[in-house]
Order: sequence, then structure tokens, then C-alpha cells
Amino acid sequence: MYVYDEFDSAFLAQRVAEFRGQVGRRLDGALTEEEFKPLRLMNGVYLQLHAYMLRVCIPYGTLSAAQLRRLAFVARRYDRGYGHFTTRQNIQYNWIKLSELPDAMAALAEVGIHGIQTSGNCIRNTTTDPFAGATPDEIEDPRLYAEIIRQWSTLHPEFTYLPRKFKIAITASKHDRAAVRVHDVGLRLHRRDGKTGFEVMVGGGLGRSPYIGKTIREFLPEEDLLSYLEAILRTYNLGGRRDNIYKARIKIQVHELGVEAFAKKVEDEWAQIRDGALRLDADAIDAVRGHFVSPDFDTLEDRPAALVAALADPAFARWHENAVEPHKVPGHAIVTLSLKPVGGPPGDATADQMDVIADLADQHAYGEIRVAHEQNLILPHVRQKDLPALWAKLKAIGVATTNVGLVTDIISCPGLDYCSLANTRSIPIAQRITERFADDARIKDIGRLHVNISGCINACGHHHVGHIGILGVEKKDQEFFQIMLGGKANAKARLGEILGPAIPESEIVDVVERLVETYLELRTSPGETFIAAVQRLGIEPFKERAYAPR
Amino acid sequence: MTSPLQKKLKIHGPTVVTANRLADGVVVWLTAAGGWSQSLAEASVVHTPEEVQHLLDVAHQDENTAVGAYMATVGVDAAGVPHPATMREKIRVAGPTIAMPGVS
Amino acid sequence: MPLVKDGAPIVDPYVKVEDDAALPDGPVLVSAARLAAEGEAVFAGNRPVGVAWPNDRDVAELAPHLPRLSLVALAFPKFRDGRAYSQARLLRERLGFTGELRATGDVLFDQLLMMTRAGFTAFEVKKAADAAAFGGALASYSIFYQPAADGRTTVREARAAAAAPAPVRVAAKG
Repeated sequence: MYVYDEFDSAFLAQRVAEFRGQVGRRLDGALTEEEFKPLRLMNGVYLQLHAYMLRVCIPYGTLSAAQLRRLAFVARRYDRGYGHFTTRQNIQYNWIKLSELPDAMAALAEVGIHGIQTSGNCIRNTTTDPFAGATPDEIEDPRLYAEIIRQWSTLHPEFTYLPRKFKIAITASKHDRAAVRVHDVGLRLHRRDGKTGFEVMVGGGLGRSPYIGKTIREFLPEEDLLSYLEAILRTYNLGGRRDNIYKARIKIQVHELGVEAFAKKVEDEWAQIRDGALRLDADAIDAVRGHFVSPDFDTLEDRPAALVAALADPAFARWHENAVEPHKVPGHAIVTLSLKPVGGPPGDATADQMDVIADLADQHAYGEIRVAHEQNLILPHVRQKDLPALWAKLKAIGVATTNVGLVTDIISCPGLDYCSLANTRSIPIAQRITERFADDARIKDIGRLHVNISGCINACGHHHVGHIGILGVEKKDQEFFQIMLGGKANAKARLGEILGPAIPESEIVDVVERLVETYLELRTSPGETFIAAVQRLGIEPFKERAYAPR
Repeated sequence: MTSPLQKKLKIHGPTVVTANRLADGVVVWLTAAGGWSQSLAEASVVHTPEEVQHLLDVAHQDENTAVGAYMATVGVDAAGVPHPATMREKIRVAGPTIAMPGVS
Repeated sequence: MPLVKDGAPIVDPYVKVEDDAALPDGPVLVSAARLAAEGEAVFAGNRPVGVAWPNDRDVAELAPHLPRLSLVALAFPKFRDGRAYSQARLLRERLGFTGELRATGDVLFDQLLMMTRAGFTAFEVKKAADAAAFGGALASYSIFYQPAADGRTTVREARAAAAAPAPVRVAAKG
């Protein structure tokens, strides 16, 4: 983990003090709402349907046990005892009072967490692979670069009032678990001639005009990372559209200029600054690396006797097959904790669950927790011999549902139950799908299938890149849902195709089930996944059956 | 913000003005007395665009108490008591339609 | 609108001159259009000349005039429109402008530090209370993560200094 030093801590304290002053000036009327709103947003504070919402940044998805306990404390003390983990590796509290926010933020800052730049038209927190530092398939730990970007982008004096929000994601492994092609800037770390660098993609994003990011540079040496980002941001800040909020993202600038012309502007700008103060020499990178403390891994063997014995239990074996992934260090494993219980709101965790998970991280996983963009938690460094004991404890708090990566591991935005922008609810749809597919043998047979639900066109539920994407639309105060088929968010990201007319709320779960049944019927073998079948067959056979009269 | 140049409001039946209270975000409705109530039953229910505009003007003057004011159509029962007419407003009155985690 | 320059309130010595009006004696502020149209002529006489430069026009166009310009006024039509931050840095860091760089328009307390970091040295502050509290706005942070136009010590530099035996200076002067 990155350990904040006295500079970072002093900075956070100054940020809390500044926000306390801003809240005070708003409450006494010195600041108008129009003046205050961008300031609160840049601290992660929204006004939603029922209350203020606080979005707390979990930098590149990494939490210590102490930080998770503090998140639990804030949930209990300032909210209603739970939080919601989001697709951007953040946590949201739904019931915060503005007058208490500075105290809540001070409590978080004490353990090095905050809501800075989790909203607003600025550079948002950089997201990355939740398996970073643990997975055997990574080239290097991408969090090092995410942290370098965090520092550069924090309160950047030039890029805090951009045309629109700006999201950066990094992956460093061949399995892209960070959806880098649907970000304003996506970075794919790779090596060339022994040097570390990045493929740079720009202009991806979902929302009402979804685009897949385009590569503007195949290999950017690591020392040039910040100067190149500064060149991209400057090109965007000066040239991005500000006349229409729906056309203000960088993806529209890239689209309107054309990717070659955009890339040329960036390269021209970069040529002027690449040798300047942002250059990251080896010492600068090592200095940040030095703040990352890696667990002191025990010397252990793979598949210890305790694990092998436990695998005789089919229930444990099923969980192990579903939720446990290989680790780069022998005798260890990566464990995903499903926050998608049957009938539960996707991504929610209670303060009690957070406390237990923090304790389990301390006991079995070197005190580290991750947040995945699929809205699950991860213990990245579990001793394999501890897996049976861990499983029992995870089951006891309801986070061992064996649906990781399966049809009921649904990504969902909060929807109209909480969100002031939403057109329809999304959580109840997710809940009913999980109830319909509650049978474990059935979801196992269906196999890998991502269902993503958004309650409006802003696409916080990433419906465009779900294998089955569901978008809520409201017609005359009735909820309808448009289905997209065939999207995916991985290295070969693509957007789903609209299946047909929107479906009434009462029928949406039936239609999802029909799509799944169509797949089961038409797949060549159980080895052909849902997404592979859709790609082979096209959407027609699915469309036919989804809309067939019953 | 309203301006004199603004087009005449379109309303769809009995209308109230609602917002969220500045200090804690709680849902509130504008009352006939020009204050804010946490109960829709106490809201001022009006029936013409001019009356709605007046309520909105009053609300916008009071942005240091309640923010994000907008008009919402309501139903009115035989006794004249308003109830929310849209799903969004029903949820604002009654809270999320789902059970909250940890609450059984 | 109170003007704060180099941290202190001042009376604006510049007279804003309409495009078709004759240039008076003393410091003048002309439009970008007039500068473009009249070029050398606006610099005739020895008066200090400033230009009001819009935020949608490339500041590189100013390069030939900069040695003789004593003021560039950049615009924030809304405080949320941040183009002038980039223009300011380009003027300072690339074009080497050392004269007065003035923030005009929707200039509010909570953006004063960012503007300062981008290279602004003068501020047409919208609210009198904000002008009075100017020093407080600049003192709200002592930790800066990235280099900009103001030369404040960055965290990277401060960390390197802390690692070395020399005494640590965490923050630059406001």
C-alpha cells in the first residue's frame, strides 16, 4: 500500500480546513449555492433525492484494514450504517448532513482517505486493476503510476475547472480489469526493449455518447507520463467544448477534430514541455515506489494440506472455484467477496460487514482490502491455508455468494431510489434478477455473464459494456428498460447493440431470462460463453425470442 | 434562477414547490406562509402558472434555507390533502423502495 | 470591483479605452481587436499598455507584443470556465511574460490560490469581502503537488530536500 507521509497528511488536514470554511460560508450565506456547488462536488458531495451524498475516494481501489474500519465508523456515526461501493472503486454514503460533513471528512483524513476530486469537472481519482500487486499476470504494479498521477492531479491549478469531468484508468496486465478503453484517458502499461511505458488511449467513455478510446501513442516512456498527460489536459482545457454540457467531454473533442488531428495537437504541445519539470527520472519514480509498503509474504507452498482437505467439501470447492484466483506469491490467493447477495442491493456493505472484513484482512490477508469496479471487495493476499476458515467467516456475514463473474454479479447504479438524475430505479431490477437466478447450479451452468444496469443515460451502471446491458427509460411516469446486447469492457472493449423497443418494468426479468435461455439453447458447448455466442450469432436470434409473443 | 424573460410555466394540475434543506438535505415543501415543511400535507398547493411562479420566486429568494427548488405535480384527495403524483416524488416522500442494508 | 495586486488592494491605474476612442495619456487597457488592428500604433507614446485577451483566443498571438505590454487581462466569464488558467501558464512559462497578469470576471475567493499558482498577479475580485480576505485564500495550503507558474516548492522537491541533510522548507512564501 501507499503510505501517506507528513506532506500528504498535512495536505489532507488543509483540505478539510478549507472545506470546513466553505461549508461555514455557505451556511451563513456568504457563498451562494451556485458558487458552492462546484466546491462541494470537488470534495465528493452531491445533493441527491433524500439527502447529501458523500463519495469517498479509495485511491486505485486499495484500502488498509484501519481505513475500512474508519469507513465503517463514518457509516455508523454520520450515515445510516452502510455504504455503497461504486464502479469507480469509491464508496458512497447516502444520508450525510452538510453540517456534519467537515467532521466526517476530518475523521477520514486521519487515516489518509478523502473525497477530493471524486466529482466535479476536474481530474477524477485514477482507477486501476483491483488485483494489482497480487496477480501473476501483471507486468508491474500499476498503482505506482496511479499514485504518481494522483499527486500530479491533486488540486492541479490549471485543470480544476475543465469543460467536464476527466477520468483516467491504468492497467498493467493482459487481462484488463480496469476497463481502460472506456475512460477519457486509458493507459496500458507494457515494455518495449526493456523499458516501461504506456499505450495511451483517449476519448473513451460511456454516458449518452459512448465511445471506445482510441490509441494516440503506442509507447510512451514512463518518464514522460506526466508531461504527456499535461499536454492532453491542456489541449482539452483550451479546446474542449463548453457550450453544451453533453458535448463537453474529451471524447467529443477527439471525435470532432478527428483522432489524428487531436493527437497532433497533443504531440505539438508535449514537444514543448516534455523536458520540463514534470519529467519523471528514475529517482522520482523510485521515491514514490518507496512509499509503497508491500506485505512481507510468508514462505508458503501452493495447495497446502489444509486446503486440499477442505476441497473435499463440495460447497467449499464451489466457492474456491468461483471466488479464488491465483496469486503471484506461492501459497497465497486472491479472494473476491461478493457484495451481490441474492435479493440484495449490488455493492452495498453494512458497517458491521466492513468491520468484520477489516478483521479478516488483518487475520488472513496482511491487512489489505481492494475495491473492484464490479462493486465487489477483494482480499488480495490471502494465505491459502487460511481459505477454509476465511470462507466460513465470509459466509457468516453474507459475502460468499458463489456468483463472482456470473449472471447475478450485477453492476448497478443507485438509480431512482437515491439519485436525483435517475429516470428509473435500477436496484430493484437487479434484486429481482438475482432472485430469478438464485439457483447456484443454474448460474454455474450459464457461466460468465455480465449484467449491467443504469437508471439513466449517464450510464453509471456501465450498461453499454454489459454482456446484457439494461438502461432505464421513463415514459409517462412508467419505468421501461432498453436492452443492449454484446457489450464488453475488457481489452477488446465494445459497445452493446440495442436489442429493440424498451420493455416494461413488469417484463424485464422475464426477458433477461429468455435471453439466457436462448443462449443455453444455441451455444455450441458449455465452453462457449454468453458473450462468445452473441458475437457468433449476432443479436437477431436473441431479439426474435425476447420479443416473441407468449 | 427565474428571470422575467422566462417562458410561461407549463403546469399539469395541482402543483407544489419542493426542495432540499440546505443544512441536512432533507426533503421539504414550501408552505403558504412562505416557510418550509417536511410534510407534503403542509405544502401550498396552487393551480395556475402565475401562482407557481410566485412560489418559485419565494423559494429562490430563500436559497440559504433550501436549495434546488422546483415544482412538482401532486394529486389532491377529497379533503384537499396533496399526495405525490410521480414515482420520483413518491420516492422523495416515502424513501427508497428497497429495504436498506442492515435493516430487516 | 476591488483590485488586488501583489497581495494588496490598489486603485486601478489603467483606463479601459473603447476601440474607437482616442488613447489618453497614462496607462491604458485596450481590446484584443484593437491591438490586432492597430499593432504598433497603440504603443506610440510612452504610456503603459495592457490588453484584455479573450479566453478563446490563442495567447501565442500575443508573443510579438509581449515585450511592450505591461498588462494582460485574462477573462473568467464564469468561475467554472477555466481556460484562462492554461492561458496564464502559457504566458508565464512559455512566452516569458513578466508583466501584470490580471484575472477579470467571475473572480472569487476560492479560486484565488489556483489563479496565483497559474501565474496571475492581479485580481479584479468580485466581492469586497473576498478582496479583504485575500491573504487567507493564499495561506490555505502549504503543500503543492505539482509545478506551475508560481515557483512554489512542490512536494517532490520538499521530499527530496527532507531526504537530504539540508534544512527543509515545506512551503514557499504566499
